[in-house]
Amino acid sequence: MKSIANEDLIGSKSMPHGNDVCQGPSSHSLNKKVTALVVEDNVVNQMIHKRLLSNLGIETQVVENGKEAVDLHHSGAVFDLILMDMEMPIMNGPEATRVLRAMGVRSKIVGVTAYSGDYEKRVFMDAGLDDYYEKPLTMAKLVSLLQELVDNN
Amino acid sequence: MDVGQLQRRFLDYTASLFREGFLDDQFNQLQQLQDESNPDFVVEIVSLFFQDSEKLLNNLTRALDQQSVDYKRVDAHVHQLKGSSSSIGAYRVKNVCIAFRSYCEEQNIQGCLRCLHQVKHEYSLVKNKLETLLRLEQQILAAGGSIPLMV
Repeated sequence: MKSIANEDLIGSKSMPHGNDVCQGPSSHSLNKKVTALVVEDNVVNQMIHKRLLSNLGIETQVVENGKEAVDLHHSGAVFDLILMDMEMPIMNGPEATRVLRAMGVRSKIVGVTAYSGDYEKRVFMDAGLDDYYEKPLTMAKLVSLLQELVDNN
Repeated sequence: MDVGQLQRRFLDYTASLFREGFLDDQFNQLQQLQDESNPDFVVEIVSLFFQDSEKLLNNLTRALDQQSVDYKRVDAHVHQLKGSSSSIGAYRVKNVCIAFRSYCEEQNIQGCLRCLHQVKHEYSLVKNKLETLLRLEQQILAAGGSIPLMV
Protein backbone atom coordinates (compact mmCIF):
# COMPACT_ATOMS: atom_id res chain seq x y z
CA MET A 1 0.00 0.00 0.00
CA LYS A 2 1.25 3.44 -0.88
CA SER A 3 2.18 5.50 2.11
CA ILE A 4 1.48 9.19 2.09
CA ALA A 5 4.15 11.34 3.68
CA ASN A 6 2.86 14.41 5.41
CA GLU A 7 5.37 16.45 3.43
CA ASP A 8 3.57 15.56 0.22
CA LEU A 9 0.52 17.41 1.43
CA ILE A 10 2.12 20.50 2.89
CA GLY A 11 2.93 23.06 0.24
CA SER A 12 4.19 25.91 2.36
CA LYS A 13 7.76 24.78 2.81
CA SER A 14 8.47 24.71 -0.89
CA MET A 15 6.58 27.89 -1.70
CA PRO A 16 8.61 30.42 -3.64
CA HIS A 17 8.60 34.03 -2.66
CA GLY A 18 6.57 36.26 -4.93
CA ASN A 19 4.02 36.21 -7.66
CA ASP A 20 4.08 32.79 -9.19
CA VAL A 21 2.20 31.52 -6.18
CA CYS A 22 -1.54 30.80 -6.46
CA GLN A 23 -3.18 33.89 -7.86
CA GLY A 24 -6.61 34.83 -6.68
CA PRO A 25 -8.14 37.31 -9.07
CA SER A 26 -9.61 40.38 -7.44
CA SER A 27 -12.26 40.56 -10.14
CA HIS A 28 -13.18 37.08 -11.22
CA SER A 29 -12.64 36.14 -14.82
CA LEU A 30 -14.22 32.80 -15.57
CA ASN A 31 -10.96 31.43 -17.02
CA LYS A 32 -8.97 31.72 -13.84
CA LYS A 33 -8.82 28.68 -11.61
CA VAL A 34 -10.25 29.09 -8.15
CA THR A 35 -7.52 28.77 -5.53
CA ALA A 36 -7.85 27.52 -1.99
CA LEU A 37 -5.76 27.23 1.14
CA VAL A 38 -6.48 24.49 3.65
CA VAL A 39 -5.30 25.33 7.17
CA GLU A 40 -5.56 22.11 9.15
CA ASP A 41 -3.32 20.15 11.49
CA ASN A 42 -4.88 16.71 11.12
CA VAL A 43 -3.31 14.70 8.28
CA VAL A 44 -6.44 12.71 7.48
CA ASN A 45 -8.50 15.90 7.22
CA GLN A 46 -5.82 17.54 5.11
CA MET A 47 -6.08 14.72 2.61
CA ILE A 48 -9.87 14.75 2.55
CA HIS A 49 -10.17 18.52 2.13
CA LYS A 50 -7.52 18.50 -0.56
CA ARG A 51 -9.35 15.72 -2.42
CA LEU A 52 -12.73 17.46 -2.12
CA LEU A 53 -11.29 20.68 -3.53
CA SER A 54 -9.25 19.01 -6.28
CA ASN A 55 -12.30 17.08 -7.43
CA LEU A 56 -13.93 20.43 -8.09
CA GLY A 57 -10.94 21.62 -10.10
CA ILE A 58 -9.67 23.92 -7.38
CA GLU A 59 -5.97 24.54 -7.01
CA THR A 60 -5.24 23.75 -3.37
CA GLN A 61 -2.43 24.28 -0.92
CA VAL A 62 -2.26 22.86 2.57
CA VAL A 63 -0.58 24.22 5.69
CA GLU A 64 -0.71 22.73 9.16
CA ASN A 65 -1.34 25.69 11.44
CA GLY A 66 -2.41 29.33 11.53
CA LYS A 67 1.12 30.69 11.62
CA GLU A 68 2.03 28.96 8.36
CA ALA A 69 -1.09 30.45 6.79
CA VAL A 70 -0.06 33.92 7.94
CA ASP A 71 3.54 33.45 6.74
CA LEU A 72 2.29 32.35 3.33
CA HIS A 73 0.24 35.53 3.02
CA HIS A 74 3.20 37.63 4.16
CA SER A 75 5.17 36.20 1.26
CA GLY A 76 2.52 37.39 -1.17
CA ALA A 77 0.19 34.44 -1.63
CA VAL A 78 -3.47 35.16 -2.34
CA PHE A 79 -6.32 32.66 -2.32
CA ASP A 80 -9.99 32.84 -3.24
CA LEU A 81 -10.95 30.56 -0.39
CA ILE A 82 -9.38 29.70 2.96
CA LEU A 83 -10.65 26.70 4.92
CA MET A 84 -9.63 27.36 8.50
CA ASP A 85 -9.63 24.72 11.21
CA MET A 86 -10.33 25.95 14.73
CA GLU A 87 -7.99 24.06 17.06
CA MET A 88 -4.39 24.00 15.88
CA PRO A 89 -1.02 24.21 17.61
CA ILE A 90 1.19 27.34 17.48
CA MET A 91 -1.58 29.59 16.14
CA ASN A 92 -5.22 28.53 16.17
CA GLY A 93 -8.00 29.38 13.73
CA PRO A 94 -9.53 32.41 15.45
CA GLU A 95 -6.10 33.97 16.01
CA ALA A 96 -4.96 33.35 12.43
CA THR A 97 -8.23 34.74 11.10
CA ARG A 98 -7.81 37.92 13.15
CA VAL A 99 -4.24 38.35 11.93
CA LEU A 100 -5.16 37.76 8.28
CA ARG A 101 -8.01 40.26 8.41
CA ALA A 102 -5.74 42.80 10.09
CA MET A 103 -3.30 42.26 7.22
CA GLY A 104 -6.09 43.20 4.83
CA VAL A 105 -6.82 39.72 3.50
CA ARG A 106 -10.24 39.81 1.83
CA SER A 107 -10.47 36.16 0.81
CA LYS A 108 -13.49 34.15 1.80
CA ILE A 109 -12.48 32.52 5.08
CA VAL A 110 -14.60 29.60 6.17
CA GLY A 111 -14.14 28.04 9.58
CA VAL A 112 -14.31 24.26 9.65
CA THR A 113 -14.89 23.14 13.20
CA ALA A 114 -15.65 20.03 15.15
CA TYR A 115 -18.91 20.44 16.99
CA SER A 116 -18.41 23.27 19.42
CA GLY A 117 -20.56 25.37 21.69
CA ASP A 118 -22.24 28.61 20.69
CA TYR A 119 -19.65 30.67 22.52
CA GLU A 120 -16.71 29.20 20.59
CA LYS A 121 -18.57 29.60 17.32
CA ARG A 122 -19.32 33.24 18.13
CA VAL A 123 -15.66 33.91 18.98
CA PHE A 124 -14.54 32.28 15.75
CA MET A 125 -17.09 34.17 13.63
CA ASP A 126 -16.17 37.44 15.36
CA ALA A 127 -12.52 36.86 14.47
CA GLY A 128 -13.54 37.56 10.88
CA LEU A 129 -14.95 34.42 9.29
CA ASP A 130 -17.39 34.67 6.42
CA ASP A 131 -18.99 31.42 7.43
CA TYR A 132 -18.32 28.14 9.20
CA TYR A 133 -19.21 24.52 8.69
CA GLU A 134 -19.04 21.61 11.05
CA LYS A 135 -16.43 18.99 10.37
CA PRO A 136 -16.11 16.82 8.52
CA LEU A 137 -16.59 18.76 5.33
CA THR A 138 -18.65 17.00 2.68
CA MET A 139 -18.98 17.54 -1.04
CA ALA A 140 -22.46 19.05 -0.54
CA LYS A 141 -21.24 21.65 1.99
CA LEU A 142 -18.29 22.53 -0.20
CA VAL A 143 -20.39 22.97 -3.33
CA SER A 144 -22.76 25.19 -1.35
CA LEU A 145 -20.04 27.51 -0.07
CA LEU A 146 -18.34 27.64 -3.46
CA GLN A 147 -21.63 28.61 -5.03
CA GLU A 148 -21.74 31.60 -2.68
CA LEU A 149 -18.17 32.48 -3.64
CA VAL A 150 -19.06 32.51 -7.32
CA ASP A 151 -22.36 34.34 -6.76
CA ASN A 152 -20.79 37.07 -4.68
CA ASN A 153 -18.18 37.79 -7.32
CA MET B 1 -17.24 -16.57 -6.98
CA ASP B 2 -18.60 -14.33 -9.71
CA VAL B 3 -18.59 -10.54 -9.64
CA GLY B 4 -22.25 -10.32 -8.62
CA GLN B 5 -21.69 -12.57 -5.63
CA LEU B 6 -18.60 -10.65 -4.59
CA GLN B 7 -20.48 -7.38 -4.83
CA ARG B 8 -23.35 -8.72 -2.75
CA ARG B 9 -20.94 -9.99 -0.15
CA PHE B 10 -19.29 -6.57 -0.08
CA LEU B 11 -22.63 -4.79 0.36
CA ASP B 12 -23.74 -7.17 3.11
CA TYR B 13 -20.48 -6.75 4.95
CA THR B 14 -20.60 -2.96 4.65
CA ALA B 15 -24.21 -2.93 5.86
CA SER B 16 -23.26 -4.95 8.93
CA LEU B 17 -20.45 -2.52 9.79
CA PHE B 18 -22.91 0.35 9.68
CA ARG B 19 -25.48 -1.55 11.69
CA GLU B 20 -22.98 -2.40 14.41
CA GLY B 21 -21.75 1.18 14.56
CA PHE B 22 -18.22 0.56 13.40
CA LEU B 23 -18.66 2.94 10.51
CA ASP B 24 -20.96 5.90 9.96
CA ASP B 25 -22.06 7.94 6.96
CA GLN B 26 -18.76 9.77 6.76
CA PHE B 27 -17.26 6.58 5.34
CA ASN B 28 -19.82 6.75 2.52
CA GLN B 29 -18.73 10.30 1.83
CA LEU B 30 -15.17 9.09 1.39
CA GLN B 31 -16.21 6.26 -0.95
CA GLN B 32 -17.88 8.89 -3.11
CA LEU B 33 -14.62 10.79 -3.46
CA GLN B 34 -13.09 7.82 -5.24
CA ASP B 35 -13.43 7.73 -9.01
CA GLU B 36 -11.51 6.77 -12.16
CA SER B 37 -9.10 9.66 -11.69
CA ASN B 38 -8.57 8.79 -8.01
CA PRO B 39 -9.03 5.01 -7.92
CA ASP B 40 -6.94 4.49 -4.80
CA PHE B 41 -8.37 7.23 -2.65
CA VAL B 42 -10.09 5.00 -0.10
CA VAL B 43 -7.08 2.72 0.31
CA GLU B 44 -4.81 5.75 0.69
CA ILE B 45 -6.94 7.56 3.24
CA VAL B 46 -7.52 4.41 5.27
CA SER B 47 -3.77 3.68 5.26
CA LEU B 48 -3.10 7.21 6.42
CA PHE B 49 -5.66 6.76 9.18
CA PHE B 50 -3.94 3.55 10.33
CA GLN B 51 -0.48 5.16 10.33
CA ASP B 52 -1.66 8.26 12.13
CA SER B 53 -3.71 6.35 14.71
CA GLU B 54 -0.92 3.96 15.58
CA LYS B 55 1.43 6.88 16.12
CA LEU B 56 -1.13 8.62 18.31
CA LEU B 57 -1.87 5.50 20.37
CA ASN B 58 1.85 5.06 21.03
CA ASN B 59 2.11 8.70 22.05
CA LEU B 60 -0.89 8.33 24.34
CA THR B 61 0.52 5.23 26.00
CA ARG B 62 3.80 7.02 26.67
CA ALA B 63 2.13 10.22 27.85
CA LEU B 64 -0.10 8.39 30.35
CA ASP B 65 2.82 6.36 31.61
CA GLN B 66 4.66 9.39 32.95
CA GLN B 67 5.18 10.03 36.66
CA SER B 68 3.56 13.39 36.25
CA VAL B 69 1.00 13.25 33.46
CA ASP B 70 0.74 16.25 31.16
CA TYR B 71 -3.02 16.22 30.51
CA LYS B 72 -2.81 18.98 27.94
CA ARG B 73 -0.52 16.82 25.89
CA VAL B 74 -2.74 13.79 26.32
CA ASP B 75 -5.76 15.86 25.28
CA ALA B 76 -3.93 17.12 22.18
CA HIS B 77 -3.30 13.54 21.04
CA VAL B 78 -6.89 12.49 21.75
CA HIS B 79 -8.12 15.54 19.83
CA GLN B 80 -6.13 14.39 16.80
CA LEU B 81 -7.44 10.85 17.08
CA LYS B 82 -10.98 12.13 17.44
CA GLY B 83 -10.48 14.26 14.34
CA SER B 84 -9.16 11.44 12.16
CA SER B 85 -11.60 8.82 13.34
CA SER B 86 -14.48 11.21 12.81
CA SER B 87 -13.33 11.99 9.28
CA ILE B 88 -12.87 8.34 8.36
CA GLY B 89 -16.25 7.46 9.79
CA ALA B 90 -14.85 5.28 12.58
CA TYR B 91 -17.85 5.96 14.78
CA ARG B 92 -17.04 3.86 17.84
CA VAL B 93 -13.43 5.08 18.02
CA LYS B 94 -14.66 8.67 17.81
CA ASN B 95 -17.12 8.13 20.65
CA VAL B 96 -14.45 6.77 22.97
CA CYS B 97 -12.34 9.83 22.15
CA ILE B 98 -15.17 12.11 23.23
CA ALA B 99 -15.31 10.42 26.65
CA PHE B 100 -11.52 10.39 26.79
CA ARG B 101 -11.36 14.18 26.39
CA SER B 102 -13.71 14.64 29.34
CA TYR B 103 -11.43 12.57 31.54
CA CYS B 104 -8.46 14.64 30.38
CA GLU B 105 -10.28 17.78 31.38
CA GLU B 106 -10.96 16.29 34.82
CA GLN B 107 -7.36 15.10 35.02
CA ASN B 108 -8.79 11.72 35.95
CA ILE B 109 -6.01 9.17 35.46
CA GLN B 110 -8.17 6.10 35.97
CA GLY B 111 -10.73 7.36 33.50
CA CYS B 112 -7.99 8.14 30.99
CA LEU B 113 -6.37 4.74 31.32
CA ARG B 114 -9.74 3.03 30.89
CA CYS B 115 -10.39 5.08 27.76
CA LEU B 116 -6.95 4.32 26.41
CA HIS B 117 -7.64 0.64 26.79
CA GLN B 118 -11.06 1.00 25.19
CA VAL B 119 -9.87 3.12 22.28
CA LYS B 120 -7.08 0.64 21.51
CA HIS B 121 -9.67 -2.11 21.48
CA GLU B 122 -12.09 -0.23 19.23
CA TYR B 123 -9.28 0.81 16.94
CA SER B 124 -8.06 -2.75 16.46
CA LEU B 125 -11.62 -3.88 15.72
CA VAL B 126 -12.26 -1.21 13.11
CA LYS B 127 -8.83 -1.73 11.60
CA ASN B 128 -9.60 -5.38 11.13
CA LYS B 129 -13.01 -4.63 9.60
CA LEU B 130 -11.63 -1.99 7.23
CA GLU B 131 -8.88 -4.33 6.07
CA THR B 132 -11.48 -7.00 5.34
CA LEU B 133 -13.62 -4.46 3.50
CA LEU B 134 -10.73 -3.27 1.37
CA ARG B 135 -9.78 -6.86 0.58
CA LEU B 136 -13.32 -7.49 -0.65
CA GLU B 137 -13.05 -4.38 -2.83
CA GLN B 138 -9.81 -5.64 -4.33
CA GLN B 139 -11.42 -8.99 -5.11
CA ILE B 140 -14.27 -7.26 -6.94
CA LEU B 141 -11.88 -5.12 -8.97
CA ALA B 142 -9.67 -8.12 -9.76
CA ALA B 143 -12.74 -9.95 -11.07
CA GLY B 144 -13.43 -7.01 -13.37
CA GLY B 145 -16.33 -5.53 -11.42
CA SER B 146 -16.90 -2.11 -9.91
CA ILE B 147 -17.44 -1.22 -6.27
CA PRO B 148 -21.14 -0.78 -5.55
CA LEU B 149 -21.94 2.31 -3.49
CA MET B 150 -24.12 2.08 -0.41
CA VAL B 151 -26.93 4.56 -0.82
